Amino acid sequence: MRWLLLKDLQILRRSPLMVGLLIVYPIAIALMIGFALSSPPGKPKVAFYDAVPPGKGKINFGSQQINIASYAKDLFHSIQPIRVSSRAAAIAKVQNGDALAALIVPADIPEQIQGLVQTGVGNPTVQLILNSKDPIERQFVDQAIASDLNKVEQAVSKQVLHVAVSDLQQVLNGGSIQFLGQSFQLLGLRDSRTILQGSIASLPKRSSIAVALRQVVGFANLAIEGLGFASPVLGSIGTPLTVDETQLAGQTTPADTYAVAIAVIVSLMFVTLLLAAGMLALERSEHTYPRLIRGLVSPSRLLSEKVMLAAGCAAAVTLVMAAFVSAFVHLDWSRFELWVLALAFGGLAFGALGVAIGGLAREVSAASLMAFLVSLPIAFVALVPASAVSGGLKTVLDVVAFAFPFKPALEAASNAFSGSSPGIGWPLVHLLALTLVFAGLARLALNRFARA
Amino acid sequence: MPLTSTGVSTIAQTGAQAATLTASSVTKRFGARTALKGVSFELRAGELIAVIGPNGAGKTTLLSILAGILAPDGGEVTSNPADGRIGWVPQQPALYSKLSVAENLRLFARLERIADPEQSVGRMLAQTGLQERADDEVGRLSGGNQQRVNIAIGLLCDPVALLLDEPSSSLDPRQRERLWEFIGALAGRGTTVVYSTHNVAEAERYADRVLVLGDGELLFSGTPLELEQTVGGAAAGDFEAAFVGFLRDRGH
Repeated sequence: MRWLLLKDLQILRRSPLMVGLLIVYPIAIALMIGFALSSPPGKPKVAFYDAVPPGKGKINFGSQQINIASYAKDLFHSIQPIRVSSRAAAIAKVQNGDALAALIVPADIPEQIQGLVQTGVGNPTVQLILNSKDPIERQFVDQAIASDLNKVEQAVSKQVLHVAVSDLQQVLNGGSIQFLGQSFQLLGLRDSRTILQGSIASLPKRSSIAVALRQVVGFANLAIEGLGFASPVLGSIGTPLTVDETQLAGQTTPADTYAVAIAVIVSLMFVTLLLAAGMLALERSEHTYPRLIRGLVSPSRLLSEKVMLAAGCAAAVTLVMAAFVSAFVHLDWSRFELWVLALAFGGLAFGALGVAIGGLAREVSAASLMAFLVSLPIAFVALVPASAVSGGLKTVLDVVAFAFPFKPALEAASNAFSGSSPGIGWPLVHLLALTLVFAGLARLALNRFARA
Repeated sequence: MPLTSTGVSTIAQTGAQAATLTASSVTKRFGARTALKGVSFELRAGELIAVIGPNGAGKTTLLSILAGILAPDGGEVTSNPADGRIGWVPQQPALYSKLSVAENLRLFARLERIADPEQSVGRMLAQTGLQERADDEVGRLSGGNQQRVNIAIGLLCDPVALLLDEPSSSLDPRQRERLWEFIGALAGRGTTVVYSTHNVAEAERYADRVLVLGDGELLFSGTPLELEQTVGGAAAGDFEAAFVGFLRDRGH
């Protein structure tokens, strides 16, 4: 078998274009996928015009003033603002392509918010002007600005609720308030009730004033109870929900590590499938297969040689690739032996699938095309999120993904790359079983070789 | 020598010369189609035998079974001596076009487990006259030179019999002439040579004996002259006419 391996390596060495296509191209594609997935998206450029005059961005609410201009910074979490001095300048920025959109805050926005706070009626509105013809880009900008506006809304609501709760507490308990630059002492419902109860006690039992005051005390009791209940309720509405996340089972691999695993396994798949299918089909297009199986090499040994050649080359290439990518994304080097195992077993399974394809094709070009056509859907099926499809289709996709090596290879690689992930035992067993199944199918396909 | 109507030959051994390759009632089926029907014959050392017949007669299937590429569904093929190797030269050169002439020879010599591969490579390069092209990639050789390398690989194992499937089909007349000189010399050294061909003139000119196949049956085994005599009449002295008449008389 070593002479066949040596021969195939010699052929590869003398086929730089083929090696380039088989190895460099998928690796380049995989690296692009990896970096695209592991890099955060850029902030869209948005022209921003704030028409509210300086110092006019305050609204009065209860005993306090809220400066809504101080919340403008929350608009810029997800966008890169280009500040302009007029509405026309903002629109011009969009028209000449300097900005993907324009966000215009009207001069009367403080009044609009003030009206809403005081009356509960109204719909404060900012203007968004989009000029993107690309629907995906438009959606991207839309989502970025909607997300930022939501942050501003939350911050303002929280502040308004804080003021409301504070004022309610003062109505209940009294205290010092500032009004028109002067400090006033507010009595508060509780103290008022105490004073009233003291006054009632000093009055004759059958005094008509005492009867009237007891009604006021009854009202004060109800108000104290009601407002005492309202304050924590308002406080709880003003506090955003927090999420306590607990992972029961499955992947705990970080997203960027998972993205690298996808890139590495896509490369492993391309290189192994194309090499295994192509090198087996080469024996047919060079008419050497019948000569070899005349007692020189058994068909099973020939298949083993092609699988090992493809798996070995692809595993070596993808190991180098993973080491290179680890300069940008954290991969757990202490699990390096698991990297090797994951890529070796993945390579064997893809190699077996490759020789099954090569056994069906008559020529190298046909085998390569078939391998390429098979690669894309099996990767796609394995990467479709479970939540993205309905129950019946999900079952079908799960079965298809189970029958091909991409999913277990990806699981093995992502677990191997991440120190916080579980072991890779089960994916390796799965890959080994697929290797045997596809090798068996390849052996059946080789019978057609001999007959043709 | 004409055959019985069952298609089974009744060739007798001539003199003390033993058969180097014997086919006994060889049958091969591909699904419902029977490609070979009980074919029997013996081949002797140094004989040059042409297998001829119309398209689909079973020539390539017969050579593939003799070479051990296909297993017969019935009958058997034996060689003498029992461990004697059979060389096989397929119709299209079975070579790695990216490897040089010497690398191809060396690879197959190693796969054949020949004791001294380098010595065998040197011998084959000398026999085929390709010493000066030893380091050239096979893909850059002419069709004639590729066929010489193809034959050289068939001879690496020093076979008792060499099987060639339409060896001259892709060659020009000059290359063809050189090929037959080479094959004639092989037979002269005692190697049994069996070749299939569509070119009946080559069968008449170079073969000691012809095997005529039709629809998987062995219809005739004898010298070209014997075939002409069997047909007789206007075909006498014209082997091609005799061959066509022979097949027509038997419904082919």
